[in-house]
Amino acid sequence: MEKQWSWIKGGLVLGAVFLIAVWLVKPIGVSTQFVIFDGIVWNIFSDDLIKENKNAKEGYSSTNPYLDKSGGKYAKNIANPLNYSFIFVVSMLLGGVLSALLQKLKLSEKNRVAPEVWRNRFGNEPAKRYLYAFIGGVLVLYGARLAGGCTSGHMMSGMMQSSLSGYLFALCVFIISIPVAMFLYKTPRN
Amino acid sequence: MQIILAILIGGLFGFVLHRAGAANPQNIINMQRLKDFHLIKVILFAIGFSSLILFLLLSLGLIDEGHISVKTSYIGVLIGGAIFGLGFAIGGYCPGTCLVGAGGGRKDALFFILGGLLGALLFTLSYGFLKSTFLFDKIAGGKTTLADTGVSKFPALIDGIPSIVVAGIIAIAFMLIAWKLPTSYKGKT
Repeated sequence: MEKQWSWIKGGLVLGAVFLIAVWLVKPIGVSTQFVIFDGIVWNIFSDDLIKENKNAKEGYSSTNPYLDKSGGKYAKNIANPLNYSFIFVVSMLLGGVLSALLQKLKLSEKNRVAPEVWRNRFGNEPAKRYLYAFIGGVLVLYGARLAGGCTSGHMMSGMMQSSLSGYLFALCVFIISIPVAMFLYKTPRN
Repeated sequence: MQIILAILIGGLFGFVLHRAGAANPQNIINMQRLKDFHLIKVILFAIGFSSLILFLLLSLGLIDEGHISVKTSYIGVLIGGAIFGLGFAIGGYCPGTCLVGAGGGRKDALFFILGGLLGALLFTLSYGFLKSTFLFDKIAGGKTTLADTGVSKFPALIDGIPSIVVAGIIAIAFMLIAWKLPTSYKGKT
């Protein structure tokens, strides 16, 4: 069991964090950094994935068209992992660690593996939950990269700036996720 | 300096997502089942509140316009959003909350992250085939907003009315919906 803030406290503080980010640096985004992490690992095993290139806008180019796009922006961040966006996302994980450590209520072993709503429907087998979580991750990040952003970049930062793309993304996410979740987690007991 | 800001703001963001219950897949799944409105109230209030202050600061010239970054609208946003929605229901995490959940000790979040790294790799490899297709056809001019940010490279759909009024009405509507939605949930997991 986790003690959580009330919705209004959570909403105020979360909104303030999005504001601080755009005020001091730029809007928050997360999903690009999964690509950057992949690229960092790929680059270790490849001799020619990322190259310095004086003619590219960002000074780097890649043999992969995605990593090469926007003047080699992703290629540059892969070559220099100590950049704002990547460190930001790594720090998010550490923020989660810190919050959990400072909390008196600890997660039960069952909840570490799967949420209750999941166990009620699919049982207590960890391997099954891990498989579904893995498949969910593949779809979410593929979709986020195709869409050019995720819950943070499109939905929160985007809608904060009143971006049309943020509204379109949020609409399409929930049009699918609501009926799928209703069907998937339907329990006879409910 | 940038790196210090990344650690501070990123760490704070992770901490806040955890405390707000956003990294708990129970809350995410029950939001999608329309059984528990806690998280959607948090999200709607956060968007409304931050948007109101942002447009206020923009109209007063207190925010560096270079920090405003509007994403392009294109067909892939719609289809990518739908694929995301499917995975969001199956997995119960999103790209940010899986990191925070894993940091908070959730093992299923680690598997979601591994899947995410594979999904991102698959997109990186498929982009070369997809980039010249209809998926990247722009919608409504591309980097379009509803309310005018005052940045000329981002066209606004609603102009002629001061942007603080447009953004303000939307923001207040979001906060009102957040307030009025019932809290059917008492924080149990």
